Amino acid sequence: MTTGIKKWFESGSPWVWLTAAAVSTSVIMVAGLLLLISVNGLNHFWPKPIMEVDYLKAPGEVIRVFGMVRESEEVPRSRIEESGLFVDSEEERVTRHLLKIGNRDAQGFDFGWFLDSNIRDRRYPENLMALERREWGDLIGYLKNVKQQDRIVATGEAAVPELEKRLKRALELFAQIREIEKDDIGSVNYALERLRLQERKLELKDALTPARKDVIARDRAAQDKRYEKLRVRLSELYEQINRDSLTAEIMDGRELEVPLAKAVRVYWPNALSWPQRVGFFLEKTWEFVADEPREANTEGGIFPAIFGTVMMVIVMSIFVTPAGVIAAVYLREYAKQGPITRLVRIAVNNLAGVPSIVYGVFGLGFFVYFLGGNLDQLFFPEALPAPTFGTPGIFWAALTLALLTMPVVIVATEEGLARIPSSIREGSLALGATKVETLWRTVLPMASPAMMTGLILAIARAAGEVAPLMLVGVVKLAPSLPLDGNAPFIHLERKFMHLGFHIYDVGFQSPNVEAARPLVYATSLLLVLVIVVLNLAAIGIRNHLREKYRALEGG
Amino acid sequence: MSDTETNNSLSTRALSRALANRRLRHWRGIKDRIARHGISVGGVGAILAIILIFFYLLWVVIPLFKPADTEPVASYALPGGSNDPTLHLALEEQTEVGLRVTQSGRAVFFATDTGKVMLDEELAVPAGAKVTAFAAGDSRSAVFALGLDDGRALVVKHNYRVTFPNDIRRIDPEIEYPLGPDPVSLDTQGRPLVHLAAQVAEEEATLAGVTDDGRAIMLTLTKEESLLGGGEWEQTRADLTPPENAVQRVIVDFDQQELYLADRAGSLAYYDLANKSTPRLIETVSVLAPDETLTSLEFLTGGISLLVGGSSGSLAQWFPVRDEQNNYSLHKVREFDALGAAVSRIAPEFARKGFLAADQKGGLGIYHTTAHRTVLTTSLAETPVTQLAVSPRANALLAQDAAGEVIFWRVHNEHPDVSWSGLWGKVWYESYPEPDYIWQSSAATDDFEPKYSLVPITFGTLKAAFYAMLFAVPLAIMGAVFTAYFMAPAMRQAVKPVIEIMEALPTVILGFLAGLWLAPFIEKHLPGVFSLLLILPIGVVLFAYLWHRLPRNIRLWVPEGWEAALLIPVVCLIGWAAIAVSQPIEESFFGGDVRIWMSTQLGIGFDQRNSIVVGLAMGFAVIPTIFSIAEDAIFGVPRHLTQGSLALGATPWQTLTRVVILTASPGIFSAIMIGLGRAVGETMIVLMATGNTPVMDWSIFQGMRTLSANIAVEMPESEVNSSHYRVLFLAAMVLFLATFVFNTAAEIVRQRLRKKYSSL
Repeated sequence: MTTGIKKWFESGSPWVWLTAAAVSTSVIMVAGLLLLISVNGLNHFWPKPIMEVDYLKAPGEVIRVFGMVRESEEVPRSRIEESGLFVDSEEERVTRHLLKIGNRDAQGFDFGWFLDSNIRDRRYPENLMALERREWGDLIGYLKNVKQQDRIVATGEAAVPELEKRLKRALELFAQIREIEKDDIGSVNYALERLRLQERKLELKDALTPARKDVIARDRAAQDKRYEKLRVRLSELYEQINRDSLTAEIMDGRELEVPLAKAVRVYWPNALSWPQRVGFFLEKTWEFVADEPREANTEGGIFPAIFGTVMMVIVMSIFVTPAGVIAAVYLREYAKQGPITRLVRIAVNNLAGVPSIVYGVFGLGFFVYFLGGNLDQLFFPEALPAPTFGTPGIFWAALTLALLTMPVVIVATEEGLARIPSSIREGSLALGATKVETLWRTVLPMASPAMMTGLILAIARAAGEVAPLMLVGVVKLAPSLPLDGNAPFIHLERKFMHLGFHIYDVGFQSPNVEAARPLVYATSLLLVLVIVVLNLAAIGIRNHLREKYRALEGG
Repeated sequence: MSDTETNNSLSTRALSRALANRRLRHWRGIKDRIARHGISVGGVGAILAIILIFFYLLWVVIPLFKPADTEPVASYALPGGSNDPTLHLALEEQTEVGLRVTQSGRAVFFATDTGKVMLDEELAVPAGAKVTAFAAGDSRSAVFALGLDDGRALVVKHNYRVTFPNDIRRIDPEIEYPLGPDPVSLDTQGRPLVHLAAQVAEEEATLAGVTDDGRAIMLTLTKEESLLGGGEWEQTRADLTPPENAVQRVIVDFDQQELYLADRAGSLAYYDLANKSTPRLIETVSVLAPDETLTSLEFLTGGISLLVGGSSGSLAQWFPVRDEQNNYSLHKVREFDALGAAVSRIAPEFARKGFLAADQKGGLGIYHTTAHRTVLTTSLAETPVTQLAVSPRANALLAQDAAGEVIFWRVHNEHPDVSWSGLWGKVWYESYPEPDYIWQSSAATDDFEPKYSLVPITFGTLKAAFYAMLFAVPLAIMGAVFTAYFMAPAMRQAVKPVIEIMEALPTVILGFLAGLWLAPFIEKHLPGVFSLLLILPIGVVLFAYLWHRLPRNIRLWVPEGWEAALLIPVVCLIGWAAIAVSQPIEESFFGGDVRIWMSTQLGIGFDQRNSIVVGLAMGFAVIPTIFSIAEDAIFGVPRHLTQGSLALGATPWQTLTRVVILTASPGIFSAIMIGLGRAVGETMIVLMATGNTPVMDWSIFQGMRTLSANIAVEMPESEVNSSHYRVLFLAAMVLFLATFVFNTAAEIVRQRLRKKYSSL
């Protein structure tokens, strides 16, 4: 037996198994990470039941608690007792639950730890309501009544359909208000700002003649009039939206009145049927992808971040693709192969390994302050001292990332060009085509999947990169998108939001980390999905390509 | 006829076609050339654009190490007459107006570029009294005091009103009396004051004087707020025990907490003014060499350090240092390059820890204390410099020489506060007990001493990279060995994309999980995490042995090369078991809480976001990089080498360790180098998974701050082109160079290897 073990060890087989374990561990880590993000991310959208419990806060003192269980853990009883809490258990270890109790405005905090052992009775009443609001987080409680201008219109059971009806109206009104505030008044403000800049520009050029001044004044008056009209309409809408309110009884027995103008969604989680839950899940998912953030990014959607990421990546692709491809074509097809091209190739390879934050520093110093500052002096003197391009923005972010991902495109394209058999080039040249014709008609089309791979990899890298963006243009909350209805429609000087930065900011800079965490998981899930899909596409194209050339070389 | 016509038309057509062909060919040639040049220019441009990064970083960093520069602007005869000696010179912030205070009690404001008098005001010196002593308060307070021959002192402040009539800047100087236009009585016996010190703040003022009969007196004025809004100054008087020798100089610091009396031989009496009615003599120290005499003594801005100038031109910085018993004593912190002759004047800068010094031969030196740097030495005048003033922004100087000329120079001295020794060596900062490596770039007050030591953050970078590599290298290399050498091709097809996905995962997600999920998880299951290190290899080997003992027909279910797949559930199970036993281990060995046990039994502090978390998260990010390159190198080992070894009877493991790994070792080395490069530069993970405190400590339970995270945190707040901004660029350049060196080394090794393989 011992000799058997000894022999087995001498054969080296245990070491082989250990190396195999390294592979397994790596694979498990990747799978586990994806699973962790998926479960936590998707779980956020699933409606959770609200528990109503009688909770023994101190001996003889029972309080009522409403809450959704967020997480549970086991802790030593001594640790809880040290913090001065009452534990109704003799066990060494006790379970505690983190409950989302909502009503931050009334109770001061919307999460709390509750000990399992102190819970006396647990109920899931069907008429316990969850109300998502625009401020102060969710409200959890029993619906008491619905009011119209302080006059009760429905109470008890009858209040439910009334509330749903009136909330729908309030949401429609809110959409109108928002459209006016954001789009219409936004465009008035934009027009006024442009007029101011126009006037200042003329003044700087000493060309502000009375006639021109009149024209500007007239335009300004027109905008002011438009604004006045919108303002009147807006105050009407506000009056209408503030008509209704609801009253709810929260867990400590107080009644809370909430104007419907502040409500986003109302639901009775304990009464939801399975199809309704799925519907709720889909609705929340859609809200997450398509809506704007609320409450300092801890609620609502992440649409501006998705939009900013996509737009930045598109602008980046416009720069990086031609530059990278031309550089690769030059290196492979035109440059004389020798020690210098080898050196350049090493340098380009190495630049792919230079830390991204270094690119950020360069982008900030060179693009933003140096190029941007000079552009402002030359083309936007009327806005000074407020910078136009001399401040971080989406354009500089895209340019910085273009530089960062250029080595990726160059390397991939070069590899593609190198794989094309020289017989094809020679054939084309022998038939009398010039070099550029050979390139354009045969070589580049054949290498196009390789370029595609490079571009996809570049996009995947750019979409996940955060460190340089923190220096050159990302913000936690951008007031307006870089693309809107105001001419010239594309505003490349604006700051933007980004998925990756959103994760960092909400996860680490947010005042209410507990409330924000599920949203961060959901954002991570989206980002991971995008990047995994892009990478799988690149891998797929590359494998397909390899097969193709293998066939070509064989034939 | 028609034939010839046809012939003709044919030939013309042929001709024209040939012509067209030639034109076309010509045009194609042109296109070819245009493309050639276009692509060359574009290609070289694109490559240059990337290389530009390095040169731009360098261009921003270089001004840090440039010496200062001066530019003479004007010199003129003493404004306001030369028969009235100058007591003091000062400059206003825009450097347009200079001030000269004279012996007869006049304040003469003049235009600095021409010397033209703008305002010549008689100060409120009472009739019949003579000025016998002068004291300049802290330069930022713009206060000075005149000591009179009747034991009284007059406190004066110069002020400048800036207005913009018609968009043109206009500066109007004016004189104020912060303690009122009547002189305050310092010496109740009414003896003339020969030396004076004065500091005036919002709520408190301190005057100290030495009379002609050798008594040293201190007067503190405290503002008592009255209900009506105005304030009354309450007086506290105290006598100081004078040193044995005649006092040469008396100074009080800006915060009015310390007072120094110095005699000619350089003996310095150091008083603590915590109690204004009874100043306490802490110690008497000799600050000069025995054969030297004291010629100049000033406070550095901030009022902590003393600058001592001696008759041989020596310059030194002293400040009080607190020992372990909380007792202060004066220490000589650093000496500066000596001037050519006795130091006549020292002028500290307003906002930075730098100063200017002039000597008896007309020489000038510009220094910085923290950086321990002589930024410039030059000759200012032919004759001894008797007065010296620096502008508030340290961009101009005003001096008077013994010949009665006033000299006005511009000074270009942007970054005196950074030096190689300050960046990489230990520096003795003000209020610190000993020299140390410290990074602290900003604080709330403006007389703060910035501490730009790159050592702690470079240390943090290496520490983070070290722990990451500790985790990543064994896993990645072992994984690469198995994948390249033992794994079945079908499984390899599946594993490689997984690793590529692993490489592509955004680091912000890894950082987020590390900070918000992994850090609390590890804190909770610390014994489990450590026991996993032990249990995992043992468990795997144990399982392998049991598998080996299984009947052959069961073993054949899993073909050779699929061991990794078989191990996936096993590793999962072992991992679960390790976490499950974590709790019992903690209960039975560590009294229920490992962290408390560690801090009480071992004295090791525990930070939730510590090196383990960073090591694991960053290791995760680095594994795929190392794995891919190492796998490539091992896979590329020519088959005939391994087959030869196997044919000679070596086992696969022997072949691996003695042939394959040996051949592929340069490739494995380059994989590690590239992984190291990535770990050094990684930003988001360390930013999110550590506490970002710049401590120097190898402890695995403490965090760190790295170069990259430091840039990410501080860059957005740093002022463009300030020293801080440029030092951050320097940090970026250090990162750039470090990774570039790692990567180049790796790349060269790899290219050699490729050549070797092809020749084999």
